[in-house]
Amino acid sequence: MTHSISLTVNGARRDFVLDDPRVTLLDLLRERLQLTGTKKGCDRGQCGACTILIDGKRINSCLALAVSHDGADILTIEGVARGDQLHPMQAAFIAHDGFQCGFCTPGQIMSAIGMMQEAQAGNDPERIRECMSGNLCRCGAYAGIVDAVLEVQAGQDEAKQRLSA
Amino acid sequence: MSELNLTTAPAHVRHGSNIGQPLTRRDGVLKVKGQATYAADNHLPGMLFAVIAASSIARGHVTSLDVAAAKRHPGVVEVMTSANRPKLAIDPEIKTNPFVFRMESLQNDEVRYANQPIAVVIAQSLEAATEGAALLAPRYEALPPRVGLDAGEVFVPPVVGVGNPTVNEHGDVEAGLASAAKQIDATYETPPQYHNAMEPHAIVVAWDGDKLSIDMPTQGLILSRARIAELFGLAHENIHIRSPFLGGGFGSKGLMGGPPVLGIMAAKLVGKPVKLVLRREQMYGPVGHRAPTRQRLRLGADGEGQLTAIEHHARTVSSSYDDFYEPAADASHTLYASPAIRTTHDAVRVDTGTPLFMRAPGEATGSIALESAIDEMAFACGMDPLAFRLKNYAEVEPISGKPFSSKALRACYEQGATRFGWSKRKLAPRGMRDDAGLLVGWGMGTATFPALMFQAEARAAIRRDGSGVVEIGTHDMGQGAWTAFAQIAADGLGLDVDRVEFRSGHSNLPDAGIAGGSAHTATAGAAIHNAGAAVIAKLADLATKDERSPLFGAGNTGVIARDGKLFRRDDESRGESYSDILARAGLAEIEARGTGAANPAAMEEYAMHAHGAVFAEVKVDPELGQVRVTRMVGTFAAGRIVNPHLVKSQLFGGMIWGVSFALHEEAITDRRTGRIMNANLGEYHIPVNADVPSLDVLTVEEHDPHVNALGIKGVGEIGITGSAGAVANAVWHATGVRVRRFPIRIEELLV
Amino acid sequence: MKQFEYVRPASIAEAVAAAAQPGSAYLAAGTNLLDLMKGGVSRPDRLVDVTRLPGLDRVEPLADGSVRIGALVRNANLAHDARFAKAYPAVAEALLSGASAQLRNAATVGGNLLQRTRCAYFYDTASRCNKREAGSGCDARDGENRLHAVLGWSEGCIATHPSDFCVPLVALDAIVEIEGKSGRRELPLAELHRLPGDAPERDSALQPGDLIVAVRLPASARTFATHARYLKVRERTSYAFAVVSAAAALRIENGRIAEARLALGGVAAKPWRADTAEQVLKGATPDAASFQQAAQLALAGAKPSGDNAFKIELARRIVVRALTLAAAGTPARVPALPASPFASVSGALHV
Repeated sequence: MTHSISLTVNGARRDFVLDDPRVTLLDLLRERLQLTGTKKGCDRGQCGACTILIDGKRINSCLALAVSHDGADILTIEGVARGDQLHPMQAAFIAHDGFQCGFCTPGQIMSAIGMMQEAQAGNDPERIRECMSGNLCRCGAYAGIVDAVLEVQAGQDEAKQRLSA
Repeated sequence: MSELNLTTAPAHVRHGSNIGQPLTRRDGVLKVKGQATYAADNHLPGMLFAVIAASSIARGHVTSLDVAAAKRHPGVVEVMTSANRPKLAIDPEIKTNPFVFRMESLQNDEVRYANQPIAVVIAQSLEAATEGAALLAPRYEALPPRVGLDAGEVFVPPVVGVGNPTVNEHGDVEAGLASAAKQIDATYETPPQYHNAMEPHAIVVAWDGDKLSIDMPTQGLILSRARIAELFGLAHENIHIRSPFLGGGFGSKGLMGGPPVLGIMAAKLVGKPVKLVLRREQMYGPVGHRAPTRQRLRLGADGEGQLTAIEHHARTVSSSYDDFYEPAADASHTLYASPAIRTTHDAVRVDTGTPLFMRAPGEATGSIALESAIDEMAFACGMDPLAFRLKNYAEVEPISGKPFSSKALRACYEQGATRFGWSKRKLAPRGMRDDAGLLVGWGMGTATFPALMFQAEARAAIRRDGSGVVEIGTHDMGQGAWTAFAQIAADGLGLDVDRVEFRSGHSNLPDAGIAGGSAHTATAGAAIHNAGAAVIAKLADLATKDERSPLFGAGNTGVIARDGKLFRRDDESRGESYSDILARAGLAEIEARGTGAANPAAMEEYAMHAHGAVFAEVKVDPELGQVRVTRMVGTFAAGRIVNPHLVKSQLFGGMIWGVSFALHEEAITDRRTGRIMNANLGEYHIPVNADVPSLDVLTVEEHDPHVNALGIKGVGEIGITGSAGAVANAVWHATGVRVRRFPIRIEELLV
Repeated sequence: MKQFEYVRPASIAEAVAAAAQPGSAYLAAGTNLLDLMKGGVSRPDRLVDVTRLPGLDRVEPLADGSVRIGALVRNANLAHDARFAKAYPAVAEALLSGASAQLRNAATVGGNLLQRTRCAYFYDTASRCNKREAGSGCDARDGENRLHAVLGWSEGCIATHPSDFCVPLVALDAIVEIEGKSGRRELPLAELHRLPGDAPERDSALQPGDLIVAVRLPASARTFATHARYLKVRERTSYAFAVVSAAAALRIENGRIAEARLALGGVAAKPWRADTAEQVLKGATPDAASFQQAAQLALAGAKPSGDNAFKIELARRIVVRALTLAAAGTPARVPALPASPFASVSGALHV
């Protein structure tokens, strides 16, 4: 039995006929759409490498069946930059060396972007650490990740202040 | 252009040398955009998916597999078992060199450890292959597995680590202990640990006749190619391996293991390209691990707190079918001065995948035991742990008596202690609390790791347009190869880093050796440096012999290379650009090769080690026993620092591994079955972001003329050593409870 | 993962009919179910996707002062619902201490209630497990079991229920609304999860086809808002299941405990309501002596099921601490590290 689904992936509508309902969003992105920026670290929701945004919320794409997300609006790491212009979070990750091997990085960045949209952590480093704890980094780049988020948050706070002034 | 679109962030202004500049990663843009290609990101036309079925018993034989059921599943193309697997050119059990480890490649139906591959299912989709593997429903003839450090007969292995003697002795340990005013006799245990790089081992492989095209993460491109060549009977030049990025290696991707070989066999069997990626739980078995240890330390000290003897005995395990012995006791060779030192090892065989190199093999396990014992002795002597370490500072290498090629450990202690505020520490344990009532503990440890060199070769060229090319098959597993080596290359060629094309990451390039032993930057860096120097020498030769050059006749005084020009050493107003020299000579480019290797004479004369001092603060809930590391300061002296930005990150990472060693990581093996019951990332705990609130790294300048021409010692592994002990000692200082079994668990702190 | 038929019913009635057929399982976010399916622990023939069922994703205050939480409300949305968090702070804190932000964004209220144990022998399909396969035996009993149950276990099963969310819910007398073949019914949450006894394969009182459509907190639940905490000891600072946890809620009047609620997590196959401890606290002064006594009573029937005797003492201490924290008053904000003993890690050093 096949299932027709349509998704918006990084702003573009994509229609598929899924021949297998077992396909997760992660495997759909990686193996069927060749959007391999999103990584598979554990495939069981225990590492965060597969983090993407669905309708603006960060989730583990390894534990999401594609067929159940018909109609979803998906943002992956490939859709974050505007051409050569990096998203501020991407630039901050480079500046603060928020990664080493880079494998968990797409998930970390999507998680950090999602976290800022959730607006639960603000500029409190302790909250940021807690809210980013769903993304494991075996290289141990956590300090740089927190610094990167703090920088982007500071930029956003400043912009808000300018607007309200 | 380079095969990868690497970038240099413009934010950093460089003055003079490229080496030493805190450049951001040149592969940074690729990595943050999700464009850095790891092996499993490759997709070939007509590619099939291969999934391993793994054994659930630890010892015995597979008696049946329901191949028919797997094949009935829609999309399954083939099931590879020991019955139909393609033949290998040689028996994989034969150890053709010391860096060959035995692997499972479906040679027979024997099972030697839990999670051993016993079949491979190949299908049109990942979903079908995965379910196909589940449908095999293996039956076994199981034998009782041997599990743990007391599993069987104890024996003394011929060597530990890579060719280290099992026993080392200097002075009379028994006399030293007999004369001691204070003695410590303590036994520490460390658990099996698994590398768990975030990237699971993966291979995408295509055969084309007798040629192989492979994407797979490897810490040793040429070693891997050689192993594949002998296993499949292929000429080396017919095998092309791409490994531009590793999603972490930590030793588990250094030597060729079974899973990628199974991928190559599967592709051969079905005649199509194949992608094979390990499932996370399959990372606990066929790709190495850190063996458990039980270490007994006996220390003696005189009335002044001077060590009179160190005896360090380590028990470890190896597999039933191969030999790797964690050289844990060797950690006691170099750090503390003692008139008598004896280190010994023994082992038992258990039904496990063969243990292997895992970030600081021997040093990490040995360090946490030694640093704990030193801490215990300091307290027994009524001394501050830092004062005790200074009292027993080794001016020469204790085990060998050799002078150190350089050793700025005293400065590490001093600067680290100052930054941490160590002088405010109370001597007695359980004497410090924060205002929330949490117990506070401060602990320290000394870090050390040998400055090793392997062998590497590089090719360098200068092109007519004045730009440079450097080629060497180095490995970027997060340490920053694309950046640090480009910096070394640029300096070697007298060019700005933006003018050098750095080619790396595949097997058709000169052999960079293995990325391990914290020696990659030193070894491959030396090769790059020497290749650069050789090209410059050729270029200088052209210019100084050419009457038309302003450098004519400067052959004796010499020239220096800078900013794409050669200058007379004695008169820098006279110079000529590389492109002018090449243009006049009518050459499109000029090239040379260089090698990097250890200098045996220097090794004979000097003990070569990096050092460091780590200070840790933990907080412990006094009633509930939960521990959190709240602050760490690590100060390291590791020779020349090629890129401080990246070095800091690597040291942070090592320190977090130290936290993990002391508080988190442990593979839990069922005593009855030999199966690892937490073979995942949910219950095999590695630190999360919230576990590491504050890290601080300082590096102490060290100029070491002996280790290698660049003075590099390496920083990949040293961060774990010292750190694990510092955390453990801080837990003792917070609670007064000395836990000698790692990781430290809540129940041990419920006093 | 086994092949399955995927159906997406348009109504609750359709869903119940589809799921009542043998081999069916409901799919909500799938954060637990897909994990189990990938591990071969669950092998359903049919997934009944309830994520599009209308009307199940709302948090509704009801006229009688209770609140009704739709089964499809996401954990994160519930925890971040400011009105809800203010009225039921221990519930919000428990939610935010569970799993990771990603999982909380996906996981649903109904799914959380029905999550399966983390017992490694349940997950390891090569082990015998009475919960996974009725009558097969329990390899955890003599296995690696330092984190297993100390209350309410049987020789047949020593697994624990891993939910954080359920612990304050059960303390606050939550009621589960269920739609089944014979219509709608209600069940106290305390009666939803079953102790293993001789049928560990049955986690809950649900019958085939039963669908949890909502959880209700009665009006009394909000009377504890100013003195309610959740505390969770775990083996890393975040993203870990509880070794032991506790929810404590007090109604303090004139310096005395007018009413107490107490439940423990990580100790039994169900969220463990400590009724006798609650009774002894009623009318007592909120002090260490009362809390110690409550802790003794709460763990009165506890016994180790393996290498886990420490959990009994740890549970007593958590009870005392959770009650102490609750008595001190609900903090104005959820701590930076929800439910953590290190919630106030910024504390300055005073030697």
